[in-house]
Amino acid sequence: MEILELTALELAKKIKAGEVTVRQAVDAALEKAEAAEPVINSYVTLDREDAYAQADEIQKKIDAGELDSPLAGVPVAIKDNMCIKDQLTTCSSKILSNFKPTYTAEAVENLKKAGVVILGKTNMDEFAMGSTTETSYYGPTKNPHNTAHVPGGSSGGSCAAVAAGECFGALGSDTGGSIRQPSSYCGVVGMKPTYGTVSRYGLVAYGSSLDQIGPIAKDVSDCAAFLEAIASHDPKDSTSIAREDYRFTEALVSDVKGLKIGIPKDYMGDGLDPEVKEAVMNAAKVLEEQGAVVEMFDLGLVKYAIPAYYTIADAEASSNLERFDGVKYGYRSSDYEGLHNMYKKTRSEGFGAEVKRRIMLGSFVLSSGYYDAYYLKALRTKALIKQEFDKAFETYDIILGPAAPTTAPELGKSLSDPLKMYLGDIYTISVNLAGLPGMSVPVGKDSKGLPVGMQLIGNAFEEKTLIRAAYTYECATGKQYEKMADLDGAAAQSQAADGKEAR
Amino acid sequence: MAKQYETVIGLEVHIELATKTKIFCGCSTEFGSAPNTHTCPVCTGMPGSLPVLNKQVVEYAMALGLATNCRITQVCKFDRKNYFYPDNPQNYQISQLYLPIARDGYVEIDTSAGPKKVRIHEMHMEEDAGKLVHDEWDDTSLVDYNRSGVPLVEIVSEPDMRSADEVIAYLEKLRMIAQYLGVSDCKLQEGSMRADVNLSVREVGAEEFGTRTEMKNLNSFKAIVHAIDGERQRQIELLEEGKEVIQETRRWDDNKEHSYAMRSKEDAQDYRYFPEPDLVPIVISDEWIAKIRAQQPELRTEKLERYKKEFDIPQYDAELITESKRVADLFEKAVELCGKPKKVSNWIMGEMFRLMKDKSMEPEDLVLSPEHLAKLIDMTDAGTISASVARKVFEHIFTDDVDPEKYVEENGLKTVNDEGAIWEAVEKVIADNPQAVADYKGGKEKAFGALMGQSMRALKGKADAGAVREMLMEILKA
Amino acid sequence: MANKISDETIEYVGILAKLELSDEEKEAAKADMEKMLDYIDTLNELDTTGIEPMSHVFPVNNVFREDVVTNGDGRADTLANAPQRKDDTFEVPRTIG
Repeated sequence: MEILELTALELAKKIKAGEVTVRQAVDAALEKAEAAEPVINSYVTLDREDAYAQADEIQKKIDAGELDSPLAGVPVAIKDNMCIKDQLTTCSSKILSNFKPTYTAEAVENLKKAGVVILGKTNMDEFAMGSTTETSYYGPTKNPHNTAHVPGGSSGGSCAAVAAGECFGALGSDTGGSIRQPSSYCGVVGMKPTYGTVSRYGLVAYGSSLDQIGPIAKDVSDCAAFLEAIASHDPKDSTSIAREDYRFTEALVSDVKGLKIGIPKDYMGDGLDPEVKEAVMNAAKVLEEQGAVVEMFDLGLVKYAIPAYYTIADAEASSNLERFDGVKYGYRSSDYEGLHNMYKKTRSEGFGAEVKRRIMLGSFVLSSGYYDAYYLKALRTKALIKQEFDKAFETYDIILGPAAPTTAPELGKSLSDPLKMYLGDIYTISVNLAGLPGMSVPVGKDSKGLPVGMQLIGNAFEEKTLIRAAYTYECATGKQYEKMADLDGAAAQSQAADGKEAR
Repeated sequence: MAKQYETVIGLEVHIELATKTKIFCGCSTEFGSAPNTHTCPVCTGMPGSLPVLNKQVVEYAMALGLATNCRITQVCKFDRKNYFYPDNPQNYQISQLYLPIARDGYVEIDTSAGPKKVRIHEMHMEEDAGKLVHDEWDDTSLVDYNRSGVPLVEIVSEPDMRSADEVIAYLEKLRMIAQYLGVSDCKLQEGSMRADVNLSVREVGAEEFGTRTEMKNLNSFKAIVHAIDGERQRQIELLEEGKEVIQETRRWDDNKEHSYAMRSKEDAQDYRYFPEPDLVPIVISDEWIAKIRAQQPELRTEKLERYKKEFDIPQYDAELITESKRVADLFEKAVELCGKPKKVSNWIMGEMFRLMKDKSMEPEDLVLSPEHLAKLIDMTDAGTISASVARKVFEHIFTDDVDPEKYVEENGLKTVNDEGAIWEAVEKVIADNPQAVADYKGGKEKAFGALMGQSMRALKGKADAGAVREMLMEILKA
Repeated sequence: MANKISDETIEYVGILAKLELSDEEKEAAKADMEKMLDYIDTLNELDTTGIEPMSHVFPVNNVFREDVVTNGDGRADTLANAPQRKDDTFEVPRTIG
């Protein structure tokens, strides 16, 4: 039996049955990580010792019958923007390169209660700002399917780790597509839940009104199980919503008969890679064959989502990142004269280019004289976009489309033209503006062997509808996550090409 | 002839609310603890921490708004005010700009020209900053976040005041209201009440306001008066010299009695306010307002009228007693315990106010408990102690809140009721003072007073003066 | 219609954001910002008259805490990551006044 072949739920079942020990599961993942990390660079921090300590403790609880969770004993990874007590939490930034929080994020706390083993913290775009995981202070993560390509971002480390078998599931965060787009690029299942479903307490904020933590998994069942484990109403997060129903795994039913699915015409138009289009349309056909009603419709305002998003997200980010100032934690410049110079040196040395770019824009759109023209205009646009979705969901149960216009781009090709990079977020971003749940499901590969993801968007609080449709698709096609290409060959090439940056 | 100038003043008053916990976290607001004791990830701006609003803050702010005749904003929100400073851990302060909790109110103050309304523009909730202490030796500043996140209400007045006296009257009025509501203790020296002064001058009769300056860092009534006088003078001098007043923020240095401009390239004063995404709106129903209104404690005017009616206390006394909630509470509680309003009032109006004046104390500094005052009155009435002993004991209650019963016991101050002992003491005084006895018998009434005094002294003041007088008369007549 | 960002504006935003940019970075920031603002200006094609700015996407209101002390002495945790501390305080370059 190949442990790494198992999904999280399958693994937990075997652990529960005593066929696999938690240590063996951790061994398998760590062995894989050992081999993959020099090339893939999914992790910022891997704590082997701590992983084994957790494994032993969880094993004891399982043996004593004290842990009855469907995920007990499963090794997972956490994106490095979620705080874990006494563990390095860097947001892949120099400015937090030495930061060890004294508290744990609520979502991680919930996952721990479910009995998982946390292997480490995964790489990301610095402060989740980026779409390629190339803006990390700790070097880029590579796409396990083709290491000359990016894994997407910002949760690129988490998605690559799942795709490469370096863990059995991971948490990511999604502010404008940061779970769905890398899930699509890496061929894994990722979901951004409805805003307020998973507590943001302990998630280092980027765009507070848009940020949401979500699961990244090998298949739809795992995704539902992880979501069920992390979702909760948290009194520590004022925007957390008390939902009536957290039993997401109940939606793992293969049945879409009568489900109305709408495909926005604007999602299938200019700028969409024909291979991606074909894969997504084929997937839609599968659902149609299973009894869903699929039609094209006009969503409207699609092109306005990106400018509205960057205005809002950057404004919030400029404020959220003010706290990194060298006073209370994190990096402080060693050479400064006086208070304000200390601030400036610390922040200029501590933040990377993309973060500075967004802070500058965000500060500008909030500054005196521009607030109304830019920030309020963006908030009004957001209201209109929400209305468009409300209208669409009067007719459809699900909106279907691609997660990204292309498959994963090559490394080093995106950052030089930020605006072009931002345009890649076109299908994911409006979902965050409207607070809706969205999911990326692997639906095939392009001719280069890079995975394609289909995005399913649901009305607010309708995760179960998405899970049901995704599960139906999975059952009909027999597909799981896209199995990774032969890493060893790729590893040799890539290692020769560029050495991994020092941690 | 010299031009006549009028001063135009508006105030921004910060009042620290008397909640048990901070505005956005469960840390204590206790004053005077060791640095950074009352801190957590939320009030120190740790990454990933999130604020959750203390309901009591909203209710206290509503109470203040209602008591100052404001309109409550029924959908109100928090905004972020962005500026970098080490006492501001997130480098933004959670405050209210666009939809503050209350608007358009007023309070009435007494001025030499009669009662006057000072209008309140708006009132908002916000978090306090931490404390900075300067280390002269190392040329650094040290940050303590104990005060960071303590709830504040900022009350912004219209520019309706015309003199330092009016400003003080306004501040005292706000302080009294806050104290009566129990929403703040308003201790200036602990910084729980602070004021920024916006001031401009204009020629008497002018329609337009002059250019105003804002003075910060004013934390005593004295500093406020001095700062107003100084700034008025400074602006008049500028105008007289034909120069312009620059709209700016100035910092008052109470030690140097001088204000200086806080001008720095790094202080752009562009706060980039925007709605706080981490907090949801507050929706205040009519029912909630009605509930707060119904809970509103008796304010001063009602109290004053009740004292006059219920306790038969004269207007003047009732005014003085109700001037501070602290004193009024003391009075009421003591009356409740001993049932003698006249006597309680006499002690407060007499001895207590005298001692407070001697020691230049504020009502907030009082330590004496109503229980001990009531007991003292009861003991005096029962004849357990004499009036002169009572005055002495009161001083100790006033300074240390001693239990009068214990104190009298321990110091042997009980009234001597033993007739034999009094007789003996009086006889001894007569025997020792033949001259005075002779003078009295010779018709010098004054000499009686001397003998009386000697007798009381001999009895250490513990005897009832009436009894001593009677016995003295009797012996002298014999 | 194209946005023009002046040197003064970049300087000013740098002060607000406490970022010190090299001359090169400033030029890049100007170009980036101009491009982004031109793009953001496409929002002006939309008629948003009468539309309320939407800061919170769901109508959740009145989330409160009760006024009960839940936290104890936080000194050790608060200061655990301090870049520079003195006794139980954070030490920073001297502030003015």
